[in-house]
Amino acid sequence: MDINWKWDMFFEAFPYILQGLGVTVGLTFACFLFALIFGFVWVFLRRIKFKPVNWLVTWVMEFIRSTPPLIQLFFIYYAWPMVPGIGVSLSSFESAILGLGIHFSTYIGEVYRSGIEGVDKGQWEASTALNFSTRQKWTKIILPQAIPPTIPMLGNYLIIMFKEVPLASTIGVVGILALAETYGTDNFRMLESYTIVALIFLVLSYPSAILINKLEKKMNRRFNKKAALQESKGAVV
Amino acid sequence: MINALIEVFPVLMKGINITITVFILSAIFSYLFAFIAGLCRVSNNKYVRGSTSVYVEIFRGTSLIVQLFWLYYAIPMLFDVGIDNRLMAGVLAISLNYGAYMSEIVRGSILAVDKGQTEASIALNLSRAQRMRIVIFPQALRMMLPEFGNYLIQILKATSLVSLIGMTDILYHGNILRSTNLSAAPTVYLLLLVFYFIMALPLIFLTRKGEQISKRGVAS
Repeated sequence: MDINWKWDMFFEAFPYILQGLGVTVGLTFACFLFALIFGFVWVFLRRIKFKPVNWLVTWVMEFIRSTPPLIQLFFIYYAWPMVPGIGVSLSSFESAILGLGIHFSTYIGEVYRSGIEGVDKGQWEASTALNFSTRQKWTKIILPQAIPPTIPMLGNYLIIMFKEVPLASTIGVVGILALAETYGTDNFRMLESYTIVALIFLVLSYPSAILINKLEKKMNRRFNKKAALQESKGAVV
Repeated sequence: MINALIEVFPVLMKGINITITVFILSAIFSYLFAFIAGLCRVSNNKYVRGSTSVYVEIFRGTSLIVQLFWLYYAIPMLFDVGIDNRLMAGVLAISLNYGAYMSEIVRGSILAVDKGQTEASIALNLSRAQRMRIVIFPQALRMMLPEFGNYLIQILKATSLVSLIGMTDILYHGNILRSTNLSAAPTVYLLLLVFYFIMALPLIFLTRKGEQISKRGVAS
């Protein structure tokens, strides 16, 4: 078999494709930030005790989680502007933030929930006994204890989102994948350009994954809340 | 709205066969790769272990869409011959990707089986293969069930990507409909999401069932 690899093409394409890295990484962090904030919304919506609301929130989360993010992106980008009355036209970058952000916020919400459930019941009781208001209870007692142990899991989701971000190229976000596609079709060199994209992803995500893994071990030793963390491991992407 | 629905529904249904075929094939091959790679990673031979780790890390470290494009567009270029069969490229990309993720679960579950079980089976004079087959693996399998269910839903979600390499699945038909009639877009994509959700429902219940089975009779 003939191996048809051209190094000169590889080196020519590399700087061109690398130009898109800023957009890809930027979009990743933007989506992540959105998901981090929106995740809290799910946590508080799920804590509403009124049965029908609780049921609705649970199934809306399940719906968002078990349908493809690709179609959700198309929905926000193509369909949302066409919805009469409430439709707004968003740029492809904004649509990607919204689409991927909402999709992953349902996972992040579950992570938060596992953290909150990991907080000892005594802490709630103590803060009630000390006459803290609901707001103080959350901001001063519960969340400062619930969130730090979830940091490694949130880090994992950051890496997972980084790998989902190239989906945004389908609605016209010009990140590394879109540039590789352009370069590949212009020069008939799909091989080198897609290999470069794969390499960039590997080089960035593999060391980060190792880093997160180390952090997780360290945190586990510190907080010793393995049981609580294990429970939310069901949410995977 | 109702008129639009009647118009859109049959068009999307044309692609349902492809979506389901891709899903079933991908699920079967994902499990196959997961078990093979997972068992290889607990092998005694360090070359087997090493080469499997390379496979797992490469496929977990890059994204599925990149792997799909790579398999479909780049491989044929590399060898001049290759996968011009879209179904094969799609199924292979999805199952290699999720096989890599799930092999970690297989490995983790096998390692999580209590050490005493291995010691007891050595004491009972079972061979290494027997130990794995009769004692360790059945206990590991039930630990894998909840995660396996979750990944089944992920695989279903991933099948939507095959439209990007030109397979005529439900999303492909939906996109064509949208490009000819932009005002139909809300109906098209909402219906697609509902389609996927309906297909995911049995998997969601299966996952819950798996969780129950894995918890039953185990002191935690």
